[in-house]
Parts: sequence; structure tokens; C-alpha cells
Amino acid sequence: MSFIADPVTFIINWLSSVLSGWGIADMWVQFIMFVLGAGILAFGAMIFTIGLIWVERKLGGRVQDRIGPNRVGPWGIFQTIADMLKIFTKELITPTGADSTLFNLAPILAMASVLGLWAVIPLSPTVFGTNIDVGILYLIGVGALGELGIILAGLSSNNKYALVGGFRAVAQLISYEVPFAIALLIPVMFSGSMGLNDIVASQKVAFIFQAPVAALVFFIASIAENGRAPFDLIEADSEIVAGFNIEYSGLKFGMYYVADFLHAFTSAMIFASLFLGGWRGPGAELYPILGFVYLFIKTAAVYLLTVTIRFTVPRLRIDQMMAFNWKYLTPLALATLLVTAIVDKAAPAGQGLIRILLLWAANAALFFVTDRIVTIFRRNREKERKVVSEPRPVPIAVRPLPASESEVNS
Amino acid sequence: MPHEWLYLLIFLVISLFIPAFAIGMAALLSPKKPSPLKNSIYECGIETVGSSRIQFKAQYYLYALLFLVFDVETVFLYPFAVAYNQVLFFGVVEVVLFVLILAAGLAYAWRAGALEWV
Repeated sequence: MSFIADPVTFIINWLSSVLSGWGIADMWVQFIMFVLGAGILAFGAMIFTIGLIWVERKLGGRVQDRIGPNRVGPWGIFQTIADMLKIFTKELITPTGADSTLFNLAPILAMASVLGLWAVIPLSPTVFGTNIDVGILYLIGVGALGELGIILAGLSSNNKYALVGGFRAVAQLISYEVPFAIALLIPVMFSGSMGLNDIVASQKVAFIFQAPVAALVFFIASIAENGRAPFDLIEADSEIVAGFNIEYSGLKFGMYYVADFLHAFTSAMIFASLFLGGWRGPGAELYPILGFVYLFIKTAAVYLLTVTIRFTVPRLRIDQMMAFNWKYLTPLALATLLVTAIVDKAAPAGQGLIRILLLWAANAALFFVTDRIVTIFRRNREKERKVVSEPRPVPIAVRPLPASESEVNS
Repeated sequence: MPHEWLYLLIFLVISLFIPAFAIGMAALLSPKKPSPLKNSIYECGIETVGSSRIQFKAQYYLYALLFLVFDVETVFLYPFAVAYNQVLFFGVVEVVLFVLILAAGLAYAWRAGALEWV
């Protein structure tokens, strides 16, 4: 029963006992277990991306009314492996005048920042990388390392377009860090701790039911942080000639591609842990393997939603993106924070139904008020535009001929 | 050293090592035939004109400044969020005032045109 209920912990305990049986000191046993665990988790995340790319291509194809790849293997499942093998054998071109140290470091940093996020996410009640008590700050910080990779790519390729693409990408990414970090304050407030294990453990009622507007703000900000559609100006093929990764070829470009897909899945996993209850579900404490299944189902639902949004919504321009962030999303995030803080303090203690209903009412009122403000703002702007663009009355240059003169003179 | 942070260090080193190893393997497997044409800088198919270090637009600096202000504000708000369950209502009022002061800063930047993408 122990192996079926919790295979990972069973294997960890067995391996530790084997290593101690060989006479290795306790400290070194722990070190070896850490290295093995970290290696398997990071490597597994990278290998998992192969399946993710396949899912995205098939689902994207269906949304666009076509079948995705279906030639290489049944239902095209080996397509990604074939692409991987191809990209491993492409020539790695370094352009003249490029700073080769930074040029090579940038894709490594972009990938490392996404892999590093997997260390703190609780995959099941007993399986997690590490239980640090500042998990949220770690997520924000390590997630921001990827931006360093992008600006290094832009600066070190000796290319104007890469530089401008890098600037715009980093401007977008740091702008969307603000509502990202503010929306993350709400689960921390509800659970009283920044550690992800504590946040998941304190979600008797999932936080999305207690703070829906904050969940929405976090969802939008995490899609924008990831750089996928509709915010994918920084890497789209038709924008500024593929942006900061113009000069990259072969696997270095492939690293950015893989990091993009893995980041989407990791963002979905973080959303599922913070707002949907993570590994919580019926029977998850007794049988930890069920916790992993629940987390996977919730993450898959959020990930499929992200992929559908990518293939449905058109791309935003950079000025629209910035205006959306600074003039709508950040004030909304701040307002949500204030409203949630006030209402939660004013409501009766405990996780009772009254508190949840009050929070729902406050969030609905906030959403309604924001909608009204945006409608009034948009109506004012359309009125301005209509006033400007109405045609001025133009005097008729030629008088119309009276009817008698239009007869043909015979 | 506490065990959690040691694991994190090992994990970060491994996650730096795995893409480096993958790129190293690709460097071994790929052909190396550099030529002046292949290594030249891309500029939509024509010869490059002018220096590739173009001017940095000041608008990016304004966005970075706004990000800095709001990020520091968020960092100040995290201890409040962690201690939220033990804070009295008076503390919440204080934080509301703090956020409103910074929101006034955002409103000023908005009216002064600092948020327009030039």
C-alpha cells in the first residue's frame, strides 16, 4: 500500500536506506539525494516539454480548423522529437562583432529561470522540491531572471533590430511584473505565509472563489509575463523580424522556444497551486499520489485555456499593451488589494460562508465599478473622435444647372 | 546550512547546467562552416547601415522608473500581507493610506503624460 499510495517517498526512503547501508555519512546521503532529486525534477520538466509542444500544436490546429501534425508517428506524437533532432544538428552561427560570452549565456539564463521555478511548487502533499518560507518572492525573482536573458540577447547580437526588440520586450515584461506581484499578495494575505506549501494547505475553499478579480489579474499578468499571445509582440515572427532572437540559430533558438512552452505550463501550475487549490482534492492527504493527479488535472485545464486564448485573440500593439497595463491592470490590482484587505478584516472571523459571500459581493462591485469607469472613458473618447472626424460642410463649387438649360440645343 | 536552501542552490546550479550541456552537445553535433556571408549581421537582406548601437529612447527609462517605485511598494506590502491575520483594522487603514499615496503618484504620472508610448 505504501508504494502505491506514495511512490516517490517510498523510493526516496528506500534509496536513502541503501546509501546509509553502504556506510556513507548522513550528511552526504542527504546531499546525494538532493542532487538526484533536483536532477530528476529539472530533467523531467525539460522532457515533459516535448509532450507540451505536441499538445499545443494539435490544439492550435483544431482551433484553426485543421489537423495538427499527424504524419510522424500515430497522431503525430513523434513530431516534436523529430524537430528536436533536427534542431540539434543545425549550425550554431555567431554573428560578427557579437559579444560571444553574453551571446551564449542568454539562452541558458532564459531556460534556467524557467526550470528554477519548479523547485518550490508542491506537486503533492509529500513531494516537493523545497519548502522555503518565501516561495512567492522566489517565484517573482527567478521568473524575472528570464528578462535578463532577453536583454543580454538583444545587447550582445550586434544588430539594431535585436536591440530594439530587446528593449521593447523588457519594457513589456517589467511593466507586467507590477500587477503580477500585487495580485500575488492576495493569496499571501489569506493564508498568512509566503510559502507555497502553506498556501496550498490553507485552501479549504479555493482562493479563486474568495478573490476572483485577483485571480483574473494574476492570470492576465502571467500570460503577459510569459510573452505569449495576445502579448507576443516580443517574439512574433512578423514583428520587428522576430525581435531579440534574430541572430540565434540552432539549439540556442530552440532553448528560447522550449523555455516559452515550459513557462506557459509552469505559470498554469503556479496558478493552479495558488488559486485553484493545488493538490487538494478528495482523498489527497491519505493517498498522496492522488494529489499529484489533481494538480495535473487543474494545471492541464488552465494550460488548455491559455493555449485556446493564444489561438483566438489577435495580437496587441506595444502601446496598447503598455496602456492596458499601466492604466487598467495596475489600478485594478491596487483596488482589488485594498478592497480585499478592508472587506476581509471587516468580515466575521473564520472561513465561514458569510465571509466568502461578502468577498464575492465586494469583488463583483469592484468589477462593476471598473466596467462603468472604462465604459464612460471609452464613450468620452469616441465622442471626441466623432467631433473631430465629422466632415465640415463644404461650399458647392458649381451651381446645379436649372432644368431648362439642360435641354440639348437642337 | 538549512536544508531547504541547499536544495535550492543545487537545483539552480543543475538548471543552469542542463541547458549549457544541451547547447554543448549541439555544438558537437552541428557542422561548423563559417563564412563571411553567413556571419554577417541581418538587416532585412541588405548591407547594414550605420552603427548597431542605436539610441536608447527615454520612454523606456520612465517605464523602468515606474516599475521601480511599484516594485518597492510591493516589497513593503509583503510583510503586511504575511502578518495580515494578526493586524488590527487600524493597520489595514494605514496600508490603505500608503497605497493611496502611491496611487496618487501613478495618477500624476498618467496626467503628466509619462505613460504614453512615444
